[in-house]
Amino acid sequence: MIIANNVTKRFGKLTALNNVSVTCNKGECIALIGPNGSGKTTFIKSILGMVVPDSGFITFNGKNIVHDWKYRSHIGYMPQIGRYPDNMTIGQVIRMMKDIRADKTGKAVDESLIKEFGLDQLQQKRMRTLSGGTRQKVSASLAFLFDPDVLILDEPTAGLDPLSSEMLKEKIKSEKEKGKLVMITSHILSELDDLITQVIYMQDGNVQFHKKLSDLQKDTGEEKLSRAIASVMAKN
Amino acid sequence: MNRLFYIVAGLMMTGMSSFARTIKVGKQQQARTIGQALSIASPGDTIRVESGIYREKNIVIDKPVVLLGIDYPVLDGEHKYEIISVKANNVTIKGFRIENTGVSSLEDIAAVKIYSCRNVTVSENIFKDTFFGIYSQSSANCLFENNKLTASAKTEQASGNGIHCWKSDSLRIIGNTITGHRDGVYFEFVTNSVIWRNDSHNNMRYGLHFMFSNNDAYISNIFRNNGAGVSVMFTHGVKMFNNYFEENWGDAAYGIFLKEISDSYIIGNKFLRNTSGIFMEGASRVRVEKNEFKDNGWAMKIQASSMDNVITNNNFLGNTFDVGTNGTLVMNTFDHNYWDKYEGYDLNRDNIGDVPFRPVSLYSMIVEKNPPAMMLYRSFMTTLLDKSEKILPTLTPENLKDNFPLMKPLHL
Amino acid sequence: MKKITKYVLTDILRNKIIIGYTIFLLLISMSLFNLEDSSSKGLLSLLNIVLIIVPLVSVIFSTIYIYNSAEFIELLVSQPLKRKQLWGSLFTGLAGSLAFSFFIGIGIPVLLFAASATGYIMIAMGLLLTVIFVAIAMFAAVIARDKAKGIGLAIFLWLYFSLLFDGLVLFVLFQFQDYPLEKFMIVASALNPIDLSRIMVLLKMDTSALMGYTGAVFRDFFGTNTGFIIAILILFSWIVALFWWSLRKFIRKDL
Repeated sequence: MIIANNVTKRFGKLTALNNVSVTCNKGECIALIGPNGSGKTTFIKSILGMVVPDSGFITFNGKNIVHDWKYRSHIGYMPQIGRYPDNMTIGQVIRMMKDIRADKTGKAVDESLIKEFGLDQLQQKRMRTLSGGTRQKVSASLAFLFDPDVLILDEPTAGLDPLSSEMLKEKIKSEKEKGKLVMITSHILSELDDLITQVIYMQDGNVQFHKKLSDLQKDTGEEKLSRAIASVMAKN
Repeated sequence: MNRLFYIVAGLMMTGMSSFARTIKVGKQQQARTIGQALSIASPGDTIRVESGIYREKNIVIDKPVVLLGIDYPVLDGEHKYEIISVKANNVTIKGFRIENTGVSSLEDIAAVKIYSCRNVTVSENIFKDTFFGIYSQSSANCLFENNKLTASAKTEQASGNGIHCWKSDSLRIIGNTITGHRDGVYFEFVTNSVIWRNDSHNNMRYGLHFMFSNNDAYISNIFRNNGAGVSVMFTHGVKMFNNYFEENWGDAAYGIFLKEISDSYIIGNKFLRNTSGIFMEGASRVRVEKNEFKDNGWAMKIQASSMDNVITNNNFLGNTFDVGTNGTLVMNTFDHNYWDKYEGYDLNRDNIGDVPFRPVSLYSMIVEKNPPAMMLYRSFMTTLLDKSEKILPTLTPENLKDNFPLMKPLHL
Repeated sequence: MKKITKYVLTDILRNKIIIGYTIFLLLISMSLFNLEDSSSKGLLSLLNIVLIIVPLVSVIFSTIYIYNSAEFIELLVSQPLKRKQLWGSLFTGLAGSLAFSFFIGIGIPVLLFAASATGYIMIAMGLLLTVIFVAIAMFAAVIARDKAKGIGLAIFLWLYFSLLFDGLVLFVLFQFQDYPLEKFMIVASALNPIDLSRIMVLLKMDTSALMGYTGAVFRDFFGTNTGFIIAILILFSWIVALFWWSLRKFIRKDL
């Protein structure tokens, strides 16, 4: 569904992505793992067209994404830090997003997360008054709102309380089961265990490996993702 | 014996006046033309000219007669001739419409030209499309009153002056309206004369052009929208009272241009919307008092060659620049004026500001040197320059200042 | 595009700084018109506000707004939207709301107290300057990644147009004093929107000074109807050029 081909991106001297080639398919749930500054977010942003690669290309459903913007209607993106116009209320933000995307997809909206998080009771709250966690809830709800084929979640559970975190995980799981492609970056590896099917491990802009979770477990002999990764890192 | 002579002489005089006749000129009258009437007239006669058009080429008046127009008869010079030549004393010309003189670049052709005569009166005539209007040459004690002179000058070369006076004395020029000529009123070597209540506007060059003419006065005239304003040069003892100088625009236009003037008075005048209100070059001992300078580009420009002039009790309102000068040494006094740009204070409430006012701004000096800098007028840059110069004067003339600036405008 | 513009507009118009700015302008213009003895004097004092404060506030507010909306812009860029539309909406929103503030704060008092040709031109110039400086702000914000650098650049550009440029012109004038510089001055004035606006207003206001001297050249050029249209076109091309430039940068920008 998403194919990255020798994608390279430099910021000055720093090479954020170095010849990255990855293939992601429907029904997969991919964990994008790596130390800080390994290029995870840059890679996600490249897929979203927010960062333009220096060389290489990315295709979405077989079409090159350069100069295209319509493909993004198939993607739900939850950024690491969600900041919104200070003076808008939650209700307005949600309505605005619906407004922007509604006529593009024509699909029914999925408001289940909004209800589960109780955001419909906070409709009148202005964005600047919200806590970090509530903002994350808004970001998450927006990512799932349009029932997209691909979900890209950058640190989805950071800042969420355990209950909401669990709700979100449940949601991700159910979406995965619908056959969607899900990409997650997270530092908290433990919570990814029962979600993911594949692991992409990045370091210094390179993809170290792209394996099925089961293969990784087999190779390292570790059941837990965190332990498996740790043993890989130790080997390196 | 002497007494007898006087009595006889007196009787003869009264006898003569009782003999004075009235000659009528008109289609049904004894004289068909003014020329005929003049040829039969004796000194002291009155010639009454009825309305009609008279094309008599050049009319020479060589006897002291009164030429009186009834209902404005037209004297037409057919664009060729000098219409009336006055060559006798005590002539009066009144009530004519005099038009279409010749135009020449060699001679000064005039509608009425006075050749070395005394006591000539030209009044209540209408001059239309004349080269020169009234021309006084070496004459004395003449009166030009309530005439209307309108020409339509296109170029300076092809136009003459409205009232042109040369080498004359004791003239009275009163209540005339002059427009469309080269100079409205022209004075050269004219002394002891008065120019009063005239309206000179829209002339090609100067509203009043004044040279080598000492001890004259011009009072309560209006000079508006002339090509170069008013020019007064090489003269002493001029009194300029209560005149209006308005709307004289252009890079060489002035309310008054003073060159080499001394011992003169400029009092009670109004200078409104001129490029420069007064421009002084080589002027000395001129008293400028109780004038109002309003909305001019420069209220006064005083070249460094001017000295001992006194500028006092004037109002300076809404001018772009109040005073401009080209030197740093200034020997004129500027005390007791009202300047609307003055920002000082008056602690003892005596209506006199406690700190001196410097009417020359740094920016005005820059513009003086470098006219295109006008583009920066009212910009942040020039405001800053002026403010800093006010705090620490370095380039503007140190002694050009009003030590006693008034806090309130004078009622002028 | 319309939708996003609508949201940006409603966001900015509720902003406290914008409300404060509007009230500030309103207070200043009201007090100037009431304190000065004539409306033309009031206009003259307002001219300084229009030429200095309005561009300054426009440029700083817009720069800060763009930086503060970085995440919001990021969010929208990840949505199925063209970047061109997004940037255009931000520009329209900022320019629209600041111009609206200007119109309420200065335009309406001028219309009430000094509805003359000078007044109308001043309103027009104020509106154009507002939009131009929004475009300058967006240019600065798209060039510098760092917020402090961006605001610094924006303030520098403001300083350049309101002060340094004139200093340079003065310098050139004195260096080349012996050459005829009138034509150069016309070109120079076109290179600075603040100067051009000032001249346009002054040509209607201080006719005496500008008409008389070098003014004659300006008057022949800008004072006529053709000149007026040319000046307006120059100001519009400032807007278009700056916006187009920043748009090109924005389209290629990594967020």
